[in-house]
Amino acid sequence: MRRAELVMAIALAIFSGYLMWKSAELEIGWIPKRGPGPGAFPFWLAVGMLVCSLWIILRWFRGIGAFADSEEPYMDRHALNQFLLGAGSLGVMIGLIHFIGVYGSVPLFLIFYMRVLGGHTWSRTATLAILTPIVTFLFFEIALKITLPKGFTEPMFYPIYDLVY
Amino acid sequence: MEVLNHLLDGFIVAAQPLNLALIIFGCALGLFIGAMPGLGSVNGVAILLPMTFLVPPASAIIFLAAIYYGAMYGGAISSIMLGIPGASTAVATTFDGRPLAMQGLADRALVAAATASFVGGTISVILFTLFAPPLASVALAFGAPEEFALMMLAFATFVGLGGDDVPKTFFSIFIGLVLSAVGLDIVSGEPRLIFGDISGFLHGINFLVLAIGIYGIGEILWTIDSSRGKLNVSQATVSVKRILGCLKDLKSTVKSMLMGSFLGYFVGILPAAGATPGSLMAYGVAKSISKDPKSFGKGNVEGVVAPEAANNSASTGSMLPMLTLGIPGSPTTAILLGGMVIWGLEPGPRLFVNNQDFVWALIASLYAANLFAVLINIAFIPMFIWVLKLPFTILVPIIFILCVVGGYAPTQDMHDVWLMFGFGVVGYLMRKLDYPMAPAVLAIVLGPLAETSMRQSLLMSQGEFSIFFDRPVAGPIMLIAIVLFLLPLLKSIMGSFRKRTGKADA
Repeated sequence: MRRAELVMAIALAIFSGYLMWKSAELEIGWIPKRGPGPGAFPFWLAVGMLVCSLWIILRWFRGIGAFADSEEPYMDRHALNQFLLGAGSLGVMIGLIHFIGVYGSVPLFLIFYMRVLGGHTWSRTATLAILTPIVTFLFFEIALKITLPKGFTEPMFYPIYDLVY
Repeated sequence: MEVLNHLLDGFIVAAQPLNLALIIFGCALGLFIGAMPGLGSVNGVAILLPMTFLVPPASAIIFLAAIYYGAMYGGAISSIMLGIPGASTAVATTFDGRPLAMQGLADRALVAAATASFVGGTISVILFTLFAPPLASVALAFGAPEEFALMMLAFATFVGLGGDDVPKTFFSIFIGLVLSAVGLDIVSGEPRLIFGDISGFLHGINFLVLAIGIYGIGEILWTIDSSRGKLNVSQATVSVKRILGCLKDLKSTVKSMLMGSFLGYFVGILPAAGATPGSLMAYGVAKSISKDPKSFGKGNVEGVVAPEAANNSASTGSMLPMLTLGIPGSPTTAILLGGMVIWGLEPGPRLFVNNQDFVWALIASLYAANLFAVLINIAFIPMFIWVLKLPFTILVPIIFILCVVGGYAPTQDMHDVWLMFGFGVVGYLMRKLDYPMAPAVLAIVLGPLAETSMRQSLLMSQGEFSIFFDRPVAGPIMLIAIVLFLLPLLKSIMGSFRKRTGKADA
C-alpha cells in the first residue's frame, strides 16, 4: 500500500502538470472586457491538482497519512487476478464491438464470464447469451431508435430494419 | 393553501398510468439494487439514467427518484441478512441489524427497517413540501456570485464534513472540475484540453461517462475485490402473524424513529453531506439517548430504526437543495441534476417558476414511492433474500453490459465508451488508495455552472475577487465555506495542541 500511494501520487502529479501545460496553450490571463481567458479555469484547477499531489508526496516522505505504515500489499495475487479478468474481459468486449458489433460481442462476453469464470450450466448461459442481445435490440433500436454499433455484422440487420421501419 | 393545490396537481400527474407504473417498477428495481451488496442508489441511478430516454422527462425523473427511494429501503436488506451494507448509507444498519439476524430475529430487523424507512421518508417529504417553495423564491434573487458561493459551500462540505483524506478530497474536486472544462469553451468557443487532438473530446466529457465509469465499472471491480465471493446469508422465518407482531413491538421505538427522521433530513439538506453521515449520526444519538445504551451493537431494534429513518429522510433532504438551488445534496442527486440538463430542464430556482408541473409531480411521486416501497418491501421479503444468493458471475456481466450500452447511448460515440472504461479502471485503482470519488462526480456536474458563474461574477466586478465577499448573501456563504475548508486543519491543530498539553499534565 505504501509504495502504491507514492506511485499513484507521482503519476497524478505528472498528469496535473500535463493538464497545466495543455491549458496554457490557451489564454490563461485576463482578456480586457471579456474576463478571464478560456484557459484560466482549467489552468488554476490543474495547479490545485498538482499542489494536492505534492502534498500527498510530501506527507509520504514525512511518514504520515493513511498508508504510512501499511505493510499490506496493494493488490494480492487474488485481487490482481480478479481485476485482470474483470477489467480485461470488459476491455476485450468493448474492443470487439468495433469489429463484430454489440450483438456479437455481448453474447461472447456472457459466455466467457458465466461459463468459463462462473462455471454455470450451458443452458443457463445460453439463455442469457441469447436473451440479452434480443432485449437490448428491442429496447435501444426499436424503442429508443438508437442504433448501436454493429461492425461488419451490419448487413445482417438490413432485413430487420426493413421489417421495423 | 397554494402548496396543497400544487401538490394536488402533482398527484394528478403522478397518478397517470405510465407514471404510476414507473413508480412501482422503480421502487421494486430500487429495492433489488439496494439489496445487492455493494450497489446502492447512486449506482442504480447512474447505470439506468440512459434507459430513461424512452419516456418524457417528468416520468424519467419520477422513475429515477423511485429507484433512489427503493434503494434506500433495500440497502437495509443486505446489511441485516449478510452483515455487508447494501450501500454506504446502510452501514449503520449493520451494527444492530446483523446481531438481530444472528439471533434468528432477522424478520424483526427487516420489518423495523422498512417501517422506520417509511416514517423517515414520510416526515421528510412533508418537510420538503413545506420548505421547498419559500427557499426557491428566496433563491430567485440570487445572482452569479451567490451561485458560485453555494457551489463552493457544496465542495467545502466534502472537505469539512466528508471525513475522507483531505488532500485526496481536494484532488477529487479539482480533477472533476478540470474534466468538466474539456470541450468547447462556453464563452469564447475555443476548443480546450483536446488530448491528442482526438475529436471525441470536442463534445466535452459527459458527466454520465464519468458517473457510469466510477459507479458502474469501478464499483463492481471494487465489490468483486472486497467480497471475495463467499457470502453468508442468515436464515429468516417470515409469516404474516410474525410481521404483525413485529409491527406491534415497534411502538417503543417511536422516539428513535422521529429523532432519526428529523436529524437525517437536516443533515441531508447540507450540500454534499447526504445519507451516510446522517444515518451514522442518528445511530450515535439514538445510542446516547437510550435508557440502555449497552444493548446497542448486540441487537437493539432502536439501533436499526434510527439510522434507517435517517437515511431515507436524508435522501429526500438532499433533493431540497438540488431542486431549489440547483446544488445537489448527494452524489445521487448530482446525477439526477445532470439528467435534468440532458432532458432540457434548467436546474436552479427558476425550475419552480418555469417547470412547476414537473417539480410538483416529482414531489407527489415521492409520497407515492414511499408508500409503494414499504408495501413491496414487506410483502416480498423472501424474494429479496433470494436476490442476495444470486451469484456474482451472473450479475457482474449483466451490469457491465448495461454500463457499456448505457455509456454509448447519450452521445452514440465509441470514444465515450472507452473513456468510461478508463475512468472505471482508474477510479477503482484510486479508490483502493482512499481517494473519494463522489466529489469528482459532483464537480463534473457542477463544473460548467461553477465556471460560468465565476466568469460572470468576475466580469461584473472587473476581476475583483472581493465580489464574492462583500455581497449580503454570497459573503456569509463564502465565509462558511472557508471555515469548512479549514475545519480539518483546525481539528488537527487542536488535536496536536491537546496532545501536547496532555503530555505536559502527565
